[in-house]
Amino acid sequence: MSDKASAEILEKVSSGIEGFDDITAGGLPCRRTTLLMGGPGCGKTVLALQCLVSSARDRGAPGIFVAFEEGARRVAANGSAFGWDMPELEKKSLCFVNATMPSSVVKSGAFDLTGLLASLAAKAREMGAKTIVFDAVDVLLALLDDPAAESRELHRLHEWLQEQEMTGILTTKIEDDRPASAQRYGFMPFMADCVVLLSQRVADRAAVRAIRVIKYRGSPHVLNEVPFVIGSKGVEVGSSNGVHPEPQPFTERVSTGVERLDEMFGGGGFYRGTNALLTGSSGSGKSTLASAFIDAACRRGERALFVSFDENSADIVRDLSTMSIDLAPHLASGLLKMEAIRSEGASSEEHFMRMKALIAGHQPRCIAIDPLSALARMGGGLAARAVAERLIYLCRNAGITALFTSLLEGIDPHLETTAMHVSTIADSWIQISFELLDGERNRALSIIKSRGTKHSKLLRELLFRDTGITLADPYNAGGEVLMGTLRREKEDAQ
Amino acid sequence: MKEAILAGQALNGAHVFRLYLAGGAPNSVRALANLYAICHKHFPDSHRIEIIDVLQEPMRALAEAILVTPTVVKVSPAPEQQIIGNLSEEEEVLRALGLPQKENV
Repeated sequence: MSDKASAEILEKVSSGIEGFDDITAGGLPCRRTTLLMGGPGCGKTVLALQCLVSSARDRGAPGIFVAFEEGARRVAANGSAFGWDMPELEKKSLCFVNATMPSSVVKSGAFDLTGLLASLAAKAREMGAKTIVFDAVDVLLALLDDPAAESRELHRLHEWLQEQEMTGILTTKIEDDRPASAQRYGFMPFMADCVVLLSQRVADRAAVRAIRVIKYRGSPHVLNEVPFVIGSKGVEVGSSNGVHPEPQPFTERVSTGVERLDEMFGGGGFYRGTNALLTGSSGSGKSTLASAFIDAACRRGERALFVSFDENSADIVRDLSTMSIDLAPHLASGLLKMEAIRSEGASSEEHFMRMKALIAGHQPRCIAIDPLSALARMGGGLAARAVAERLIYLCRNAGITALFTSLLEGIDPHLETTAMHVSTIADSWIQISFELLDGERNRALSIIKSRGTKHSKLLRELLFRDTGITLADPYNAGGEVLMGTLRREKEDAQ
Repeated sequence: MKEAILAGQALNGAHVFRLYLAGGAPNSVRALANLYAICHKHFPDSHRIEIIDVLQEPMRALAEAILVTPTVVKVSPAPEQQIIGNLSEEEEVLRALGLPQKENV
């Protein structure tokens, strides 16, 4: 089969959600049926509505929303809460059909969906609908109260969808704790070309939402579960496959805030728009170095954002003054925004949404997040890792130079892994360690990696002085870098 | 197919029904027969059945919030009452219409 022919068979329509299009390799199957399954409150309705709204708004494709459970007016109102212009869309291209059965209705004998489908077909013809959502099909089927009838009506619906040549989205409730095969409507996935499972669970007391494409007939898709959030603008799916447009590379350099560290990067510091990871154990001075980077940005007249977890902004400013770093004037001028966030009590997704809003609000050119590893405190490591990745891509795409600090995992400070494996995506990686030499603990700094720079591979002693932060001249003796007293003795001797 | 079946006189207090069905679908055909039988048995002199074929008037069913077929709406006497299904369970229909059921007769 030629590529062209297969492309015709696999025509897809964008869901309007970047991350969802990523995991489905392009979006929903066009003129075919997608089934969204999930437990109560996991976001099926919002996701379906968002796909419908985005088709109507972005591609001018009219659509119908058939609501079996939640009243149609309420569904439309929910859309407005995400900032979608529902009244305008309803005027032009969206139709909400309230298909909730009033409790006063009495049932006597068998019935079917022939009438409803005939009505909907007429409506679809009238408005030229391209998309149709059947929200909470399970509620409709439960009404039939007969397995044979349920199966028959589902097939009727399926045939109807095929005849209509509309892109169909069905949502159905499932019980979270049962495997898909043991579900009441376990046969439903067979009739859909694309089946998506949404779930919500609690990890470390924080709610974590996840999405997984179970099947996609005739198309590759991401098999893994991917975290998603329902934020102020709707569903946002964390990208997982790392396929991102490469932003225009900058050649301009941005100071790290420490002159001698800039030299170690081959002169000038980081590349603009790249991100750096700064790792070290507790008390190694990560926050101080991050502050120096932010201070330098503001001194250049750039807007900067400093996000610190579990540390008060005022305390940070006070502690830095002993190192002759003064952030107060930048705060006063409005160039610097400092945000202290409590890591407890919110999932990493919620932290991400908050940071995204901060970035959108303040429009910084440089950002420091101290520490990024705080993201992993709530809601599980996997979600935190995905959020960290998205944060990195967000900064990269916006051309923001970012410095993320992170605690090192484990007891061994030399362990060259980070809590969130961010090091593999980060453009640069600086590590602060404590070197034990001749009974003395000294701070040492090294650049583990730096993309596109001829960086120094030397281990250098990191000095926090009341005149500022600097790196000591390298002194080698017997294959070891001299630090602390030994270095001073060597310096004095020369 | 839109017709009104009149039996007896459409007096005040007559039972007026609106039956939404889908052409000659089996459930629809049965519903019509069942409704006819119930009317003849319980209101032989005063009933009226309006039949709406959703396949012929699809937009009307949508506008009148008719979800499934067959659906019968008792328009009068008030209050309006919706009954879905082919009306094969007569007891349920009678209960919904506020009529004495078999065991009580």
